[in-house]
Amino acid sequence: MARAVEFVTRRRGASGSGRGWHWTDVFTWGWLIGGLFIMFAPAGWLALSSFKTPAALSEFPPTLLPYVTETVKIAGNDKPLPLYDVTLPDGKTARLVELRRVGIVAQMVDPASPETIVKVNIKDRKPVQKLHFETSNYTEPFVHFDFLRYLWNSVFVTVTATLITLLVNSMAAFALSKYQFRGQNAVLIVIVGTLMVPLAVIMVPLYSVVSSLGLLDTLWGVILPTVATPTGVFLLRQYMLTIPDELIDAARMDKASEWQIYWRIVLPLSAPALAVLAIFSVVWRWNDFLWPLIVLSRSSLYTLQVGLNVYSGQLNVQWHFILAMTVVTMIPVVLVFVFLQRFIARGIATSGLK
Amino acid sequence: MKANGLLSASQSALMAVVVRLMGIVDVPLRTLQRKTGQSGMAAFFLAPNMAIFAVFVLVPFVINFVYSLTGGSAIFLSERSFVGAQQYSEIFACGNYLDPNSCKQDVFWIAAGNTASFVVLQVSLMIVAALITALILNREIIGRSFWRAVFFFPVLLSPVVTGLIWRWIFQRQGVLNAVMQSVGLEPHDWLTERNSAFFASIGVSIWAHVGFYTLILLAGLQAIPKDLYEAAQMDGTSRQRVFWRITLPLLMPNLIVVLVLALIKAVQIFDEAFVLTHGGPGTSTMYLVQYIYETGFASELRNPGLAAAASILMGAVLVVLTLAQMAASRRNEKKGAR
Amino acid sequence: MGRITLEKVTKSFGTIDVLHGIDLDIGEGEFVVFVGPSGCGKSTLLRQIAGLDRPTSGEIRIDGTLVNDVPASDRGLAMVFQSYALYPHMSVRQNLAFGLENARMPKMEIDARIAEAARMLEIGDYLERRPGQLSGGQRQRVAIGRAIVRNPTAFLLDEPLSNLDAELRISMRAELAALHARLKTTMIYVTHDQIEAMTLADRIVVLRKGRVEQIGSPLELYNRPANRFVAGFIGAPSMNFLSGRIEGVTEAGTQVRLFDGEVVTVPRRAETAQSGQDVSIGLRPQHMRVAQEGDSGVPVTIDMVEALGSETVVHAHAPTGELLLAVLQGQHSLSRGDSLRFAFNPADLHLFDKDGRRLAGT
Repeated sequence: MARAVEFVTRRRGASGSGRGWHWTDVFTWGWLIGGLFIMFAPAGWLALSSFKTPAALSEFPPTLLPYVTETVKIAGNDKPLPLYDVTLPDGKTARLVELRRVGIVAQMVDPASPETIVKVNIKDRKPVQKLHFETSNYTEPFVHFDFLRYLWNSVFVTVTATLITLLVNSMAAFALSKYQFRGQNAVLIVIVGTLMVPLAVIMVPLYSVVSSLGLLDTLWGVILPTVATPTGVFLLRQYMLTIPDELIDAARMDKASEWQIYWRIVLPLSAPALAVLAIFSVVWRWNDFLWPLIVLSRSSLYTLQVGLNVYSGQLNVQWHFILAMTVVTMIPVVLVFVFLQRFIARGIATSGLK
Repeated sequence: MKANGLLSASQSALMAVVVRLMGIVDVPLRTLQRKTGQSGMAAFFLAPNMAIFAVFVLVPFVINFVYSLTGGSAIFLSERSFVGAQQYSEIFACGNYLDPNSCKQDVFWIAAGNTASFVVLQVSLMIVAALITALILNREIIGRSFWRAVFFFPVLLSPVVTGLIWRWIFQRQGVLNAVMQSVGLEPHDWLTERNSAFFASIGVSIWAHVGFYTLILLAGLQAIPKDLYEAAQMDGTSRQRVFWRITLPLLMPNLIVVLVLALIKAVQIFDEAFVLTHGGPGTSTMYLVQYIYETGFASELRNPGLAAAASILMGAVLVVLTLAQMAASRRNEKKGAR
Repeated sequence: MGRITLEKVTKSFGTIDVLHGIDLDIGEGEFVVFVGPSGCGKSTLLRQIAGLDRPTSGEIRIDGTLVNDVPASDRGLAMVFQSYALYPHMSVRQNLAFGLENARMPKMEIDARIAEAARMLEIGDYLERRPGQLSGGQRQRVAIGRAIVRNPTAFLLDEPLSNLDAELRISMRAELAALHARLKTTMIYVTHDQIEAMTLADRIVVLRKGRVEQIGSPLELYNRPANRFVAGFIGAPSMNFLSGRIEGVTEAGTQVRLFDGEVVTVPRRAETAQSGQDVSIGLRPQHMRVAQEGDSGVPVTIDMVEALGSETVVHAHAPTGELLLAVLQGQHSLSRGDSLRFAFNPADLHLFDKDGRRLAGT
């Protein structure tokens, strides 16, 4: 055990002054463990909360895990009634059911003999709780609200936009990396220049362009403006520049048409860069919020992000549904994180894109 | 085993479809290629991307200027009346330039002021946090890639999810107040009190983005040759001196990139803050992009021209920041060359 | 089939002229090697023939047909690249089949051709592997195989052996020669290595700075280099050059005065040479020997001796400071600082005028 602790907390090699902890070591581990808590705890808390019943959610202070008060059905009552551990005046404890409450006094009965009513001060009792995951938080919004629709819209937008992005960006990158033509530099400069033009700056006229194309309030209106990403073109071009031109020459000698060179030689060889772009594109499009918010006004077209925002902005927020749907929205991204995190980290470190 | 076989079978079936499809596409394209010649096909490959790009980025970019010179609430440019610089003078119509409340568009100036404070605080705190994290991750710690992932996790979350996570924590009945109460502090209405809502939006945005900048700084730190540190060690240089004289100067290019990227992103703060507080309470967390969004689309009296003018002013700030970055990195390169 | 003619082919990239009017006639079944130092335009010339680049002016004909406007894919040529340019994501078999599939050849025929090429090049065992899993020599064979299956009018080979180690290069060289002997297809081969050129070529085209310096069989080039550049480029180690002066042309040949005043008679008549004309005298290192008692020769002082066993390489300098390299047969007990005379047969001398051209008639 001691060795395990020593192993886990091993400090920087020989540069420390012999044994013992330098203050920087303490600080390092404090920072890391604090970071672990701050980075994961909020999402974890949200996920835990998403399994609570509305009653449990309104409790203050909240419990860590989703508990519900156990209930029992008593003859003569339609609804199941909550069960409490009660400390009786004589010091004994009993497990009783609450019939009704008047002020600070509760009228309670023993489920075994429902005829005798016991009056108990509510200070002297504690609800009997059990762990319970309220899965209806997840099923209800799908069944009774439009969330299944939103989920589908989000998936459609994400997949379609990513496919189109990969296609048009890779074609453009191919042209910019494997051909020489006049105006090539101009095209590159325009593309790199617009890396700096964020949506926020052009959203008003973009809205008018999209609306004059009749794409307002359609999912295509969400998809199309996002697909010609300059970042993608740039990333793919840089990668394709590393594919030897001799391969292209060889393919030309092999009677391949330019289109065949693109899709049979260059595309397969760009697979690593395409994968990075695909991952980024999925995360971008899945997370897009402002533009869909502007374009989509019919609620049947909302994406998850917009739907979540709308429902969470209502006067009477139904947190139990919102939390569950937030978790659903988070799932794909968490999956990407778990499986592809390393990949993305490398992509960012080398290209600085986000 | 069986599932694998099935998977690869369906994969190869899919591949066959793709191959057939691409083959069909190839037929007209070969004809095209005979007309245009080999290098002429470049235009064909460039066309789809550039067409989409032109329609949805370049055209809006250009007509934004025209837009900002027109008035009314119509969307189509043809239905809008030319009003000259009226939208701009509307924005700049102030009784006293030091007091946003004396301006006709007081909300714009409040949003601009909020954005400025946000940018300064968020960027400086975040870069310090990212630098500390990167320095720590660059040490010889066990499980470095795990820890790197830890700080990266929130980066992938959508702003809406981020906003909701924190709204859930900051709310009146939230876990934060429960913790405060349990240690004997007064619970606080985090998101409905002006100052705390503002600082909450800063904190949340740092939480969401610090991992990204940490990665860039970490890449920079790892690019510093190890033998420099060893040489310094041989010279008996103190740790502080190593940091100030070796690490920091060599990290400077990355720090500049990070600084400018963070500035540019911070100026555009919208999503997570909007979901967290919806700009409230009052206008205390109203930022520029939200102002543009609400002026252009969401308010009763929408005024796209005014929104366009505001967006151009914001774009000008971004251009200045970008130019500053280019100048800074060029100066840095020159220094490096010498 | 396979005759390739070039007429006044030029190529410029922007303002830089890479090829200046190349004229060339490559016969059917011939093995022609383009040789020259790097940057001489030999690869550019090959790319013009291949159709990968368009000449700026001039005409390229294959079997009499003007092909300037014919794209590379339709010229019926096959090319082997320096880096092999094998498609890394395809198996060897797919690499070989790719070009044939593009030509819409029936599957049966493709398989037959691949089998034939695989047998010929002994690559049958790794047809299903990817290029990345092969050694350099194996990749080289696959690259050649990809050209062979096309059954081309001519093979274009762009420094195909330069990525191999020395030993493999020698054996592949022999295989290429054997392959050409069997296929009897025109081959155009680009290299900067004059030994490859000498061993493989029917005819060598020596290029420098975008111009043809000399065209001829290997021995023609060796024995009668047209100019100082070719003389220095062909043959290893390089030819020595000494300064001298024409004394006169007699029946016996051309009389040349060496720097030390000695006059030797080259047994060929330089018809246009004039007495007193300054010339450059070329002498191959292999044509020198240590002067015996009574031999005439060049006095030198030894700078360095490299004893290789079968031969001895001597670096020396003449009293004028001109450097001389001699490759002496057998072993000699010589050492740095020794003074001696190098003797030679006057018939082995090459005479060049001050512009570097071979004196006419010699």
